[in-house]
Amino acid sequence: MNADFRLLPQQASTMAPRVDALFWFITAICIFFTILVAVLLLTFAIRYRRKTEDYFPKPVVGSKVLEAAWSIGPLALVMVIFFWGASIYFDMMRPPEDALEVYVTGKQWMWHLQHSGGQREINQLHIPLGKPVKLIMTSEDVLHDFYIPAFRVKMDTVPGKYTTLWFQATKLGTFDFYCALYCGTEHARMIGTVTVMKPREYEQWLTERADRSLALQGRQLFQKLQCVTCHHPEANNRAPILENLYGRMVELEGGRNVLADESYLRESILYPAAKVRAGWRPIMPSYVGQVDENDLVRLIAFLKGLKTGQTPARVEDFPAPAVNEKEAAKDKELPKPNEQPKATDKAKDK
Amino acid sequence: MTTVAVEPRPQPFEPRSIKRADYLNISYGVRSWLLTLDHKRIAILYLISISIFFFVGGVFAAVVRLELATPKGDLLQSDTYNKMFTLHGVVMLFFFLIPAIPATLGNFLVPLMIGAKDLAFPRLNLMSWYVFMIAGMFGIYTMLAGGVDTGWTFYTPLSPKYANSQVMTAALAALIAGFSSILTGLNFMVTIHKMRAPGLTWFRLPLFVWSQYATSLIQILGTPVLAVTILLVAAERMLHIGIFDPALGGDPVLFQHLFWFYSHPAVYIMILPAMGVISELVTTFAKKVIFGYSFIAFSSVAIAVLGFLVWGHHMFVSSQSPYAGLIFSFLSMLVAIPSAIKVFNWTATLWRGSVSWDTPMLYAFGFIGLFTIGGLTGLFLACLATDVHLTHTYFVVAHFHYIMVGGAIMAYLGGLHYWWPKITGRMYPEFWAKFAAIIIFVGFNLTFFPQFVLGYQGMPRRYHEYPAEFQVLNVMSTAGASILAVGYIIPAVYFIWSMKYAKVAGRNPWGATGLEWSTTSPPPADNFEKTPIVSLPPYIYSKEEATVVP
Repeated sequence: MNADFRLLPQQASTMAPRVDALFWFITAICIFFTILVAVLLLTFAIRYRRKTEDYFPKPVVGSKVLEAAWSIGPLALVMVIFFWGASIYFDMMRPPEDALEVYVTGKQWMWHLQHSGGQREINQLHIPLGKPVKLIMTSEDVLHDFYIPAFRVKMDTVPGKYTTLWFQATKLGTFDFYCALYCGTEHARMIGTVTVMKPREYEQWLTERADRSLALQGRQLFQKLQCVTCHHPEANNRAPILENLYGRMVELEGGRNVLADESYLRESILYPAAKVRAGWRPIMPSYVGQVDENDLVRLIAFLKGLKTGQTPARVEDFPAPAVNEKEAAKDKELPKPNEQPKATDKAKDK
Repeated sequence: MTTVAVEPRPQPFEPRSIKRADYLNISYGVRSWLLTLDHKRIAILYLISISIFFFVGGVFAAVVRLELATPKGDLLQSDTYNKMFTLHGVVMLFFFLIPAIPATLGNFLVPLMIGAKDLAFPRLNLMSWYVFMIAGMFGIYTMLAGGVDTGWTFYTPLSPKYANSQVMTAALAALIAGFSSILTGLNFMVTIHKMRAPGLTWFRLPLFVWSQYATSLIQILGTPVLAVTILLVAAERMLHIGIFDPALGGDPVLFQHLFWFYSHPAVYIMILPAMGVISELVTTFAKKVIFGYSFIAFSSVAIAVLGFLVWGHHMFVSSQSPYAGLIFSFLSMLVAIPSAIKVFNWTATLWRGSVSWDTPMLYAFGFIGLFTIGGLTGLFLACLATDVHLTHTYFVVAHFHYIMVGGAIMAYLGGLHYWWPKITGRMYPEFWAKFAAIIIFVGFNLTFFPQFVLGYQGMPRRYHEYPAEFQVLNVMSTAGASILAVGYIIPAVYFIWSMKYAKVAGRNPWGATGLEWSTTSPPPADNFEKTPIVSLPPYIYSKEEATVVP
């Protein structure tokens, strides 16, 4: 019954001891004030207990000094807690630049995870020890929440946008992660494990499962969906070139600026009219229904690494995106590396 | 402060030899109750209705705790479990806690405490009850038609799009119940402004009335937002206007903003009246003027106002901007100050008092202790970094049950015992009442304290099955819940028994000072033989001149 019972959760990330130090600081404050109030209450209730019904104690209406003391004292304490908590929180919200990226999609009721090398996992996450890992997360249906108690981090996953979560593991082993935000019938079964491995074993693990990288898969989609027809230097300025776009500020029609992050790229693929770049006409069609969450992740992984001169050639052999429902269905199945040449063969045949 | 006259001494036994007409025996029959305009009878109607809902919500809680006694989902299917905790939340919040103190004790006492014959709008008051009961019918229909499994928070896009249960009828029940709440708040506010007895200035009002006033403010300003939110969900569902659904261009997080804009202040609708009750109990059972009257009064208003500015602390991990999180965290921290002011002033009131250990005072002790724990554990959740780990876990469940059960229900029971002689004209049996109070205190702590630890260990909420390592604490919690259930059944039995067989109370069994104690028990239909004239501040027990310590 008490398998693995432990009173305190494991500390397995760089964030865990920092959160715990604050946790115990607040706990100490709680214990102090609870005992203070309980002792005062009981002391007064016993010492001044009613002995006769006709004794009327001397009235005391208040004390400005005491009121000030028990307003300012707690105020000072909560401000310490506030600043301490905020400083850790902002570190939680800012992933290091060099973090490994893993794409996470929550759906009723499982977690789908993709490493940037294209390795996929379901309800499992393998990560190296001592390296920052950044999860770029979304949901296919309702709200979920990715929660790793041993790392003291969690973040909701929201359909329609990306949220991020980062951590750096400090202990080898496996740790549970949970869906922490109620998501319907099998909410309690939407759980999995994080396996923290030695960096070398992790590299080996990656190689064993190597696949076309996400960026490469995205590059093929970029051609196949005919993005490249317009987003190309030879396209007579039909659409902006997307090289070096990621991470830059983009000026929009109407003068607003927006950071070209994952959520912006995603929105611009699905709802191109939502944020139109200054100087460009809103002629791009919506890709809702043409790309699923996995395709979006691939396209974004490709765009994030797209540097000067790397826009692929325009391939006219791919059929127009609107008519290829069957093709899209086929693409959902995991393509094996050795199937790759076929596509080129087909292109040649035509 | 001037020297003051002493109120009439308590008359422990006043025989009811002559049958006087009081509000209970002035007329008989079902019609005389269902069409009554008397605020005291309407309070009784509410008392009966919410007691039934409390029982129903309690049964749901018991089923939830039974399922959680083992790690496997063996007693219930996941869908059934999800319906149980959803219905527990919906029933307890919308049909018990929100109306609990305002609609029963508040309805009965506000006119009596301010020396009025009734509330400002007696018909509106009766209508509030009917609106509440219509909402209740929708609630019962929801249960009979298959229940609802979205959680009481109805988060989008789960509730409008993915859940297949009775979401719209449940939401409709909450919407209609909200109107009842608004009407009660409106009625109280007008009554407190316009119907105070001659000489009863704002700073002579009992603190219970102040807390009711602050509560009414939230009910009037907050509840419409809940109605708006529910209507927006309905508009999206029926007219496909994209508001919350990302597929239609909406934002699911917007729903959380709107929902918590009402639902966080709603927590204060539950706890503020409870604080008012405690202020009354502490002075009566210490026979001493309240310490720091104006600080307690204004801290109620401060909590009501701050309560509207802290909703975002439910959303630190929702993808809300971290800068918004910073501001919400800061403002949430400030709620600690008025809460601390209240706790310390109640404690200071006992200093050199004449403290009795009657049952209502036991509940007051329990309230102060448990509210202190409940309030302090709120710091973990107002603090950004610790909230990231603890939100969505059992820590949150434990925290708000300390406030709502350990706080609001303790105060409600304390108030019910204290004013029972006024309401029914009879005392309750002291031994059984003390026994039940202790059982409730022990059962409550055993139920909910382990949940703090579970939350820190990382057990998420709303799981019908869980990893085996969490079982020990869950078994403790379930054991505590069964003790708590016994504690709640005992008062239900002796209160019913007492109405016929217990000792007759007399007008002022506690020797208290409020205007409600100056009339007979039970009061006559129009409350007072003649309109009282007030010339004193509240809580004047001693002839001696009041002192101010520095």
